[in-house]
Amino acid sequence: MHRYKFILHRPVQFLPVIFGVSLITFILVRLIPGDPARVLLGARSTPAALANIRAQYGLDEPLWLQYFYFLKNLVNGEMGKSILYKIDVLPLIATRIEPTVTLILCSVILSILIALPLAAIASRNQGSLPDHTVRIFSTLGIGFPPFWLGLMLMILFSVKLGILPVSGYGETFGDKLAHLVLPCLTIALSLSSVLTRSLRASMITELQSDFATAARARGMPESIVFWRHVLPNSLAPAVNLLAVNIGWLIGGTVVVESVFAIPGMGQLLVRAIFSRDYMVVQGVAMIFACGTMLVNFIADILTVAIDPRVKL
Amino acid sequence: MSTVHVSDWNLRWSRWLGQRVTLAAGVSILALFIFAAIAAPLIAPYDPIVHNSELRLVPPSLFHPFGTDNFGRDILSRVIWATRIDLQIAFLGVIFPFLIGTILGTISGYFGGMVDIIFMRLIDVVLAFPFLVLMLSIIAILGPGLSSFYIAMALVGWVSYARLIRTQMLVLKNSDYAVAAVSLGFSNSRIMFRHLLPNAIAGSIVFSMSDAVLVLLNGAAISYLGLGVQPPLAEWGVMVAEGQSFISTAWWITFFPGLSIVVLAFGLSLLGDGLSETLGARQ
Repeated sequence: MHRYKFILHRPVQFLPVIFGVSLITFILVRLIPGDPARVLLGARSTPAALANIRAQYGLDEPLWLQYFYFLKNLVNGEMGKSILYKIDVLPLIATRIEPTVTLILCSVILSILIALPLAAIASRNQGSLPDHTVRIFSTLGIGFPPFWLGLMLMILFSVKLGILPVSGYGETFGDKLAHLVLPCLTIALSLSSVLTRSLRASMITELQSDFATAARARGMPESIVFWRHVLPNSLAPAVNLLAVNIGWLIGGTVVVESVFAIPGMGQLLVRAIFSRDYMVVQGVAMIFACGTMLVNFIADILTVAIDPRVKL
Repeated sequence: MSTVHVSDWNLRWSRWLGQRVTLAAGVSILALFIFAAIAAPLIAPYDPIVHNSELRLVPPSLFHPFGTDNFGRDILSRVIWATRIDLQIAFLGVIFPFLIGTILGTISGYFGGMVDIIFMRLIDVVLAFPFLVLMLSIIAILGPGLSSFYIAMALVGWVSYARLIRTQMLVLKNSDYAVAAVSLGFSNSRIMFRHLLPNAIAGSIVFSMSDAVLVLLNGAAISYLGLGVQPPLAEWGVMVAEGQSFISTAWWITFFPGLSIVVLAFGLSLLGDGLSETLGARQ
């Protein structure tokens, strides 16, 4: 089990990064011109509330001490209050996490379902017509703007065919899934093109590897060589690719949530920017950063679990 | 099933042809857009900004091949004029991060030690944020607009270039010609930027092509969200946003600007692929 020892070490390595993330978000909000207390509370704030926030963040103290107060509040789960929604930032974000996480998970699953067969067909028939078609798809797919693709799918499936809801998010589980089909498809079409590329490349390498040749020499049919030997070995790079792309994926959900009016963290972020709700911007940015680190951590564990040769 | 059995000559020939076709297709698509940007006043049939209440929401026809929008503006003319802004987004959005990242990465990789450690930790922190989220947060503070977009892009985008160059530098600084340059008593900056950098830059140039695709998509997305280019200026992302209320009646307002993004992005991707194959084959 010593291969999994990094699970204990890795969180320690995260500490300096989390420290840096908090420093950057702190600096970002302090860079806004004007009285910080007024920036945090909005233009129409009472003198009592202003005095309160000055005391909480020590806004008359030197900057390093202010950062110390900021960290202290953070450890206590205090991220300030939203100007727009009049409630604490952390509980506000908590109500928005579920749609975003569901959207990301469903998109990733859908992308894998699209990418695996395409990459398999392309790599086993390298240089043929299907291979070229898949390559053109993967080159084109990267360039599809998610906000436009979402609208086009909306025109086709919701307006013309009328088989899926236009936008919003449902109450029941089934209703939610129906609302998520088009947003997931939007993200998956771009993501699967990146994934197909990487999978195709690693499958081609594995098809020519010594163990594949050895399996063929033992008289194994090509299909068993592929499914038993090539496929499992080409999955590890794909898991890594998904983890590296989680930041990009979150960016995609921010845009797609705005297109389809899904009440997730992305929509919250965009609305907060327009209403100058800086505490919410700060909170969402930090939660997204922590989420990115968590996903990379999980991906490391998965890589070790999939490929016995990997040591971290 | 026949991967191993394809004859070597056949494969090599098709690869050579593939490179040429990919590169040529990429260059022609980009050239087409550059021509449209330069010649916009000459080839755009109508004014892109002026309203015309008699021509509201006209479907694509002979006189208006891409139709008109809710203000009676010709979509084709707006798409052509928008080429200027969107090419500028793809170019400036890449060039600033490219320059900053290359300089910082060169210094970090060449000197190593404390400088390198600080830059590497800084890169880790920037990469911990989702790209678009950090960009949006910076734009939130600077205020909406294209110049905020370029500043945010420069602050966030340099990390990839710095990493690429640094890795190259770590290898190259131990090469024989670098050691020779040191023993000749050349200054550090001369060795870094005149001897090592020219040999390290190829990978970054190829990467900048695929990066241009992402920058273009990001710039258009930020304008779509209302935080970049502001109406009435014609930009593809803005045009998609403007047409969103009319998707059930006038699909053409959103369709053609988005299609232009797809085609330009495809051209840039092909250019990147073609370049990387050609450069890779030479090495």
